[in-house]
Amino acid sequence: MTMDLLKGVSNCLGPLVIASSEFRGDVTVEVPKARITEVLVRLRDDPALAFDFLVDLFGVDNLDLYKKAAKPEKKTGGEGDAAEEPKPEGPPPPRFEVNYLLLSLSTNRRLQVKVRVPEDDLSVPSVTGLWKAATWPERETYDMFGIRFPGHPDLRRLLMWDEFPGHPLRKDYPLEGRGEVRILRYE
Amino acid sequence: MEAYTGSGWLLTKLEQLVNWGRKRSPWPLPYGTACCGIELMCALASGYDMARFGAERPSFSPRQADVLIEAGTITKKMAPILRRIYDQMAEPKWVIAMGACACSGGVFRTYSTLQGIDLVIPVDVYVPGCPPRPEGLLYALLKIMDKIDTEHPLRGEIAGLVEGK
Repeated sequence: MTMDLLKGVSNCLGPLVIASSEFRGDVTVEVPKARITEVLVRLRDDPALAFDFLVDLFGVDNLDLYKKAAKPEKKTGGEGDAAEEPKPEGPPPPRFEVNYLLLSLSTNRRLQVKVRVPEDDLSVPSVTGLWKAATWPERETYDMFGIRFPGHPDLRRLLMWDEFPGHPLRKDYPLEGRGEVRILRYE
Repeated sequence: MEAYTGSGWLLTKLEQLVNWGRKRSPWPLPYGTACCGIELMCALASGYDMARFGAERPSFSPRQADVLIEAGTITKKMAPILRRIYDQMAEPKWVIAMGACACSGGVFRTYSTLQGIDLVIPVDVYVPGCPPRPEGLLYALLKIMDKIDTEHPLRGEIAGLVEGK
């Protein structure tokens, strides 16, 4: 079943699939960031796949993996962790991800689409043109991670107040904040 | 005896009369933002029946409320709204901070949570607990009544008005 899904997605997207993985029946495909709208349109309009429902989209911060890849740790004799973990190969991947969770209402199958977002180019094309449901998740991702979505009709913060500096769900942001104070203005 | 039978008169101090009236009608403004709000509803409902103490009418408008019962977590985003609600309440007014979050931010030592509502508005009675039982809230209401008893409403501005200043 899942292999069929991966095959179908590969047939639909062709060379747009950079990488794919499967974990406990959940299929994830990674696609280039600039082509995300094209990918989602293809997945939505393909008659066999018909991923017509956007469940969620969210950001991920891989800061620790990123650091580990940038600075490979030396193996120590006492700990087996380093031996168990797969060694990162090649250049470190971009720090951020944006994931799209798709559901097909006709076949009841799910798919996760992932794009990598490098730190020096924090923008992903907006998919609000395909699903209006993407409006608030994209605002939340902008609020929490600082990833911008060109093409979004109204990219404001969703959870924090408008003047809030910083992006709280980044891994280098402390839990208790950096002493941000809400300044109450009286009119 | 005439006081009980005919259109008699009573002898008392005006200050005590005002306090007596205020004390027996502390209309609450329920400001429940989280789990403590459920406990507040429980205190208002038939089981604990806050109406026994004159808190008969939960005022959902700040204009006619006396006691602001802040039950629940206040985020920094919510703080200006809480401040505005408090400012809209007519004097005299009292505030009960119900539960750990309202008192000090509770378990949420985070960037988004206000670490106690006394950073924004003055508080008369703090009720500890997570959440406090309804008895705790009723006790706080009784403490508010004790506080009202010790106030002097005819001093200050009102006294000036009375004396025609």
